[in-house]
Amino acid sequence: MTKLIVGVDVGGTYTDLFVYDEATGQAKVGKVPSTRGREADGFAAGIAALAPLPAIGAIVHGTTVGTNALLERKGARAGLITTKGFRDVLEMRRRDRRQTWGLTGTFIPPIDRDLRLEVTERTNPDGTILHPVDAGEIQHAARHLLAQGAEALCIVFLHSYANPANEQAALAAACAVWPNPHVTISSDILPEIREFERTSTAALNAVLQPVVGGYLAKLDTRLRAEHFAGEFLIVQSNGGVMSVETAARLPVRTALSGPAAGVIAAAHIAISAGFPDVITGDIGGTSFDVSLIAAGTPALAAQTTLDFGLVVRTPMIEILSIGAGGGSIAWVDKAGILQIGPESAGSIPGPACYAQGGTRPTVTDANVVLGRINAARPIGGSLASLDVAAAQAAILRDVGTPLGLDATAAAEAILRVANARMAGALRLVSIERGHDPKHFSLMPFGGGGALHAAALIREVGLARALIPRYPGVTSALGCVIADMRHDRVQTLNRPLATLDGPALHAAMQAAETELSPLLDRAGVAFIARRTEHALDMNYIGQTHTVSVPLPDTALTAQTILAAFETTYASTYGRLMPGVPVRILNLKTTIIGERPKIDLRALAPSPATTLDAARRPPRQVWFDTWTATPVFDRLALPAGSTIQGPAILEQPDTTIIVEPHTTAHTDPLGNIILAWTD
Amino acid sequence: MHIDPVTPDPVTLAVLKGRLEQIADEMDATLFRGAFNPTIAEAHDACHGLYDATTGATLIQGKSGLPIFVGVMAFGVKAVIDKFTAANAPVEGDVFIFNDPYLGGTHLSDLRLIKPCFHNGALFCWLASVGHWHDVGGAVPGNYNPAATEYFQEGVLIPPVRLYSAGRLNQDIVDIIMAASRLPVSAFGDLNAHLSALDLGTARVAALLSDYSAPLVTAAFAELTARAASMLRAEIAALPDGTWHEEDFLDNDGRADAPLRIACAVTVMQDRLTLDFTGSAPACAGPVNISRATTIASVYVALKHLFPDVAANSGVLDPVDIILPPASLLDAQRPKPTGGYTETILRIIDVLFCAFARIRPGHAIGNAYGTINALSIAGLRPDGTRWVMFSFFGGGHGGNPEGDGLSHGNPPIATAIIPPVEIMEAAYPIRFTQWALRPDSGGPGTHRGGLGAIYEIELRAPEAELFVFAERARFAPRGVLGGQPGAKNIVTYQQTDGWHTPALGSKVVGVKLAEGQKIRLESPGGGGWGDPAARDPAATARDAKLGYIR
Repeated sequence: MTKLIVGVDVGGTYTDLFVYDEATGQAKVGKVPSTRGREADGFAAGIAALAPLPAIGAIVHGTTVGTNALLERKGARAGLITTKGFRDVLEMRRRDRRQTWGLTGTFIPPIDRDLRLEVTERTNPDGTILHPVDAGEIQHAARHLLAQGAEALCIVFLHSYANPANEQAALAAACAVWPNPHVTISSDILPEIREFERTSTAALNAVLQPVVGGYLAKLDTRLRAEHFAGEFLIVQSNGGVMSVETAARLPVRTALSGPAAGVIAAAHIAISAGFPDVITGDIGGTSFDVSLIAAGTPALAAQTTLDFGLVVRTPMIEILSIGAGGGSIAWVDKAGILQIGPESAGSIPGPACYAQGGTRPTVTDANVVLGRINAARPIGGSLASLDVAAAQAAILRDVGTPLGLDATAAAEAILRVANARMAGALRLVSIERGHDPKHFSLMPFGGGGALHAAALIREVGLARALIPRYPGVTSALGCVIADMRHDRVQTLNRPLATLDGPALHAAMQAAETELSPLLDRAGVAFIARRTEHALDMNYIGQTHTVSVPLPDTALTAQTILAAFETTYASTYGRLMPGVPVRILNLKTTIIGERPKIDLRALAPSPATTLDAARRPPRQVWFDTWTATPVFDRLALPAGSTIQGPAILEQPDTTIIVEPHTTAHTDPLGNIILAWTD
Repeated sequence: MHIDPVTPDPVTLAVLKGRLEQIADEMDATLFRGAFNPTIAEAHDACHGLYDATTGATLIQGKSGLPIFVGVMAFGVKAVIDKFTAANAPVEGDVFIFNDPYLGGTHLSDLRLIKPCFHNGALFCWLASVGHWHDVGGAVPGNYNPAATEYFQEGVLIPPVRLYSAGRLNQDIVDIIMAASRLPVSAFGDLNAHLSALDLGTARVAALLSDYSAPLVTAAFAELTARAASMLRAEIAALPDGTWHEEDFLDNDGRADAPLRIACAVTVMQDRLTLDFTGSAPACAGPVNISRATTIASVYVALKHLFPDVAANSGVLDPVDIILPPASLLDAQRPKPTGGYTETILRIIDVLFCAFARIRPGHAIGNAYGTINALSIAGLRPDGTRWVMFSFFGGGHGGNPEGDGLSHGNPPIATAIIPPVEIMEAAYPIRFTQWALRPDSGGPGTHRGGLGAIYEIELRAPEAELFVFAERARFAPRGVLGGQPGAKNIVTYQQTDGWHTPALGSKVVGVKLAEGQKIRLESPGGGGWGDPAARDPAATARDAKLGYIR
C-alpha cells in the first residue's frame, strides 16, 4: 500500500507542503495561502489538493500558532501558584530594561498579578524540604483562580529543580479540583536552577496550553473526519518531532517550530550534498534567520527571548534573527548614515513595488530596481507584476536624494548595507563561535536568500553557497525528515571533586527512564533509538557554563575534568589549572530516528537540457546594465554549469549568479554557487 | 565603484560602523561568559571599546557594556598615553592595568585593562576592557565602604602599570593583585577573562585591517565622531535658547547626615549646550565624590538617554561645555574617597532629566529610582574561608510620554541584570523571604512611575556583617510635568531588640547580624509623568485591582 508522509509548515502568509511517497520515492511540493484564524481549513484543503487523506501515513506539522499567540498577547488566561514571597518573580524579570538608551518602554507580564497566588511552602537549595505544602491551601488557591476565570494553572516553587516533591504534592492537590488537563509544574517543564527563567517558561506554557491544545485538537478532529488514519506529529523548537499529546501538554516547546524544521532540512540536504558544514540563511519578509550546522549537527541554544521579558528556556535550535528581510525599510538617519530595518513593510502594505499602499523603499524594491527580481514574474504567485517605477521613486526620495545618489546607485547602496548587516549575523554564529567560515557553505532559503547568496559568501569568506532544490518549502521538507527528540535538563550543582560516579550514572538512568515513554507512547515506528548526555560545567565562582559532551570512557572525576578542559580551552583559549570545577546541569537527549527521505526524489529529470531551460534574457545591473541570460532553474540538468552573470528563476525564489561566479547543478538538483576569482 | 582611500563613502561608513561595533560587542560577550564574579558575569558591570591612538577619545563602543564606562574609558586610555612616553612608549604585546579613580577611573573596584593595537608596526588604536571586580582589599568586603574618608580605606589603588611587556606576562603584578583581594581566585578568573576579551579584540581588528585599509578605517572613525557631534548639534539647535536652573540633593556622604546639593544651570545657545554645575556641594569627607572624568561621563550618559538616536562615541560631547566648580564633589582630588560614585552620577542624570523636561516637555521622562542599592553580606564559612554576597538591587523607572514607567528596572547608568535568588541562596548562607514589587512606590501621574521592589533576606549562618550603600532615603525621585515623586528608599534590619533604621538613611556599615535576623530593602519607584488627575480612570482601577496601588 502506498504510504505518504506529508510535511506542513504553516507560516504567517503561506502554508508550505511537502509530500513524500515512501513506496515510489516521489515527492511533490505545494504552497497555499494561510487562512489565519481558520488554520484547520487551509491546512486540510492544502493537503487534500496534493494527496488523498486516507492514503497518508504521517502528517508532520510545523506551527507558529503558539509564537503568534505570545507575540500578539492572545494567550489564554492562566493562573500561577508559587512560593510565599515570590509571586512577582515573573513581573520583576532579571531587573533589565527594553533598550539600553532612552528609558521608555514598559512590560506586561503574561500572567496578571491578581492571578498569581502565594502559598506557604519552601524547599532548600540542597533539596531538603523546609515547609511541606498544605493540600487545602493549594486547593483554596486553585478555586480562587478558577473563579477569576483562569483556564490553565502552573505551579512554580523555589528550588523545585533540587527536589520536586512539593510541586508534585501541589499538583496532586490541584488536579483534584481543576476541571481541565491544563495544569503543569515547573519541575516537569524545566528542572533547572534560575527562578525567573523557569517561571517564565512555565507561565508561557500555561497561557499556550488552551490555545495550542485547542488548535491541535481541532486539526486532529478535522483530519480524522476526512479519514486520515496515520500519525499526526508536531515539530518542536529543538528540531525533533513530538506527539500531539505532548505538544498539547508542552506547547512552549513549539516556540521555534517552523524555523527549526527548516534547519533540520538544511542539515539533511547538506549531508546528502557532501557539504555537512553549513550556515543557513533564511531571508523572509521581515527577518534574516541564521543557524550554524557543524558536521551535519545544528547548534543548540539554551533559551530564547521572544519579546522583552518573554523568556523561553528549553533546549532549542540556535537561530539568530536580525531585522533585515526583503520587506525591511531603507532609511537615512539624522547623521546621514544609510540604515536597513528593523522597521519592515511586512506583507501589508508591503514594499513600494507591490503597489498596495507601501511607499517606503525596501530591500525588495532595491532588487527590483536593479532588475535582479523579475518584475513581470513575481515569486509566490499572488501578484501579477511589480511596479518598478514606484520602487525607483521611493528609493530616490528616501535614500538617493539624501545621499546624493541616483536611483540605481541608491538601490545598489541599499543592497550593500543590507548585505553587510546579514554578513554581521553570519559572522556572529561562525567566527564568534570559533568556526572558520572558509570551511562552511551558506545555505540560503526562504524567498529572498538566493538573491544575496553570492555577495554574502564573498563578504564573510564562506566557501560556497548550496542552494536547495526548493528553497521556499524547506521547513515543510524538514517536517518530513525530523527525528523524534526529547531533551531534559536537570540541575545537579555540585563540585566535581565530590563527584559520585554511581550517583551520576543513576541520574542519567533516571533521565532516560523519564524520556523513554515519550517515544514509546507516540505510536511511531523508529529505525533506531539513542540517548546522549552532556554536562553544563564551569570553574567554581563562574556563573556561565560550557556544555561538555560526556566521554565514552568510564565516568571519573579525571575523565570528566579532561573533557571539561578540552571544551573550555576551545571556547576561551585560557585554562585555569588548580581552580576547582563544578557540574551545574545534566542534559539528556533521547532520539527516535525516523526514516530519511532520499533526496534523489527531487533530482532533475534526465531528459532536461540546458537549452530547454533558457528563458528570454533581461537587463540586470551588475556595475552596469548587462544583458543577462535567464534560466528556468528547475529545468536545469544535473551536471550543468552556468557562468555568471545569469539569473535562475523558479516559482519560489530567484538565484543571482553574479559575474565571476558559477552555478553548478549537482546530481540532487542543488545549485552550488562559487566565486571563480 | 572607485573608493577614495581616505574618504569613506556613506555606504562603506555604514558597513564599517557595523563591523567595528561588532568587535566591541564580541569583547563584551567574551568577558561576560568568562568572568568569575557575578557583578561582571550576570550584572554586566563591564565595558569594551576602541579608542583613538593619540588622544584616547572613544571611537567605538559596544552596545552591551555598562553605559557609564562609555564616557569615562577615554580618560583611562589617555592616562596610559600620558604616562608611557618616549623610551617607555607602548610596544606591541603590552597590556596595561590600573584602577586609579583620579586618572580616569571610576572607583577602585573597576579594573581597566588597556592594550595598544598595532598595525604594520605603528600604533593603530587602543582596546580597553573594564569590569567591576568582587574585591580589591580595603576596609570593607566588596569595597562599598560608606564610612571611607580616604581611598586607602576603600581598596588597593593600582596605578597604570604593565601587566604584559611585549607579550611577556609580568607575574609580579598578578601576585600583588591577588594578594590584595579577599577573593583571589575570583580576581584571577576575572583577569583571565579580560585578557581573553583583549585577545579576541586584537584578532578582530587585525582581520578588519586585512579587509579595509588602515587610513580608510581611521577616516571612518573621524567621520563617525563628526556625525555624532553634528547630530547632537542639530538636536540642540532645535531647542529654545535660554538658561534653566535645576538642583537635587544626595542624602548624605555616609559620614555626616547633611544633604549635598547637585546644581546645574543648563544653557542652550544656538547649537551649543553649557552645563554649569556651579553651586554644587564642595568635596565631602565620605565616598560620594567623583572625579572630573566621571562627571563628564555622566553627562554623556544623560545626553545619550535624552537623545538616544545620537551615535555612541566621543562626538556626543563636542557641542557641550561643562563647567565644574573647583574643589567640588564633582571634581574630586586624591585622596578623597570615590567608592560611591554611582549615587552622584545618578543624581546628575536626574537633575539633567528634570532640566530637559522643562526645555523639551514633549520628551519629558520622570526620574528613575536614583540609587545603585549596593548590598553586601560577608562572613566566614565553617572551614574559615570567607564568603561575600554582593549585589545591586533594582527600582522603578519614570513615567514617560509612551506610558507608565517600567517596574523593577536597572539604573540608567547600567544594563546590569540581577542574579537569581536560587543562585544566591545556593552559593551563600542566606534565605530570601520576600522578592516582590513594592505597592504605592510609583510616583502618581498621568503616566505613573514604575514600582520599586521589596527584598527581605534572612541570615542562615551564626554571624555576618552587613553593608548597604544606597541613597534616596531623604529625597524622593522626582516626577515631571506635574507628576508626583516616587516613594523614598527604606532600609531596615533586625537586631535582638527588633527592627532598626540606619542613622544615615540607607547606608549601613558593618552591622553584625545573627542567625535568623533579616535585612529588608524597599527600593524607590520612579517619578510620575503629567498631572495625576488626568490619569485614565481605567488605568487607576487596574492599578488597584493588581495591587500596584492600595
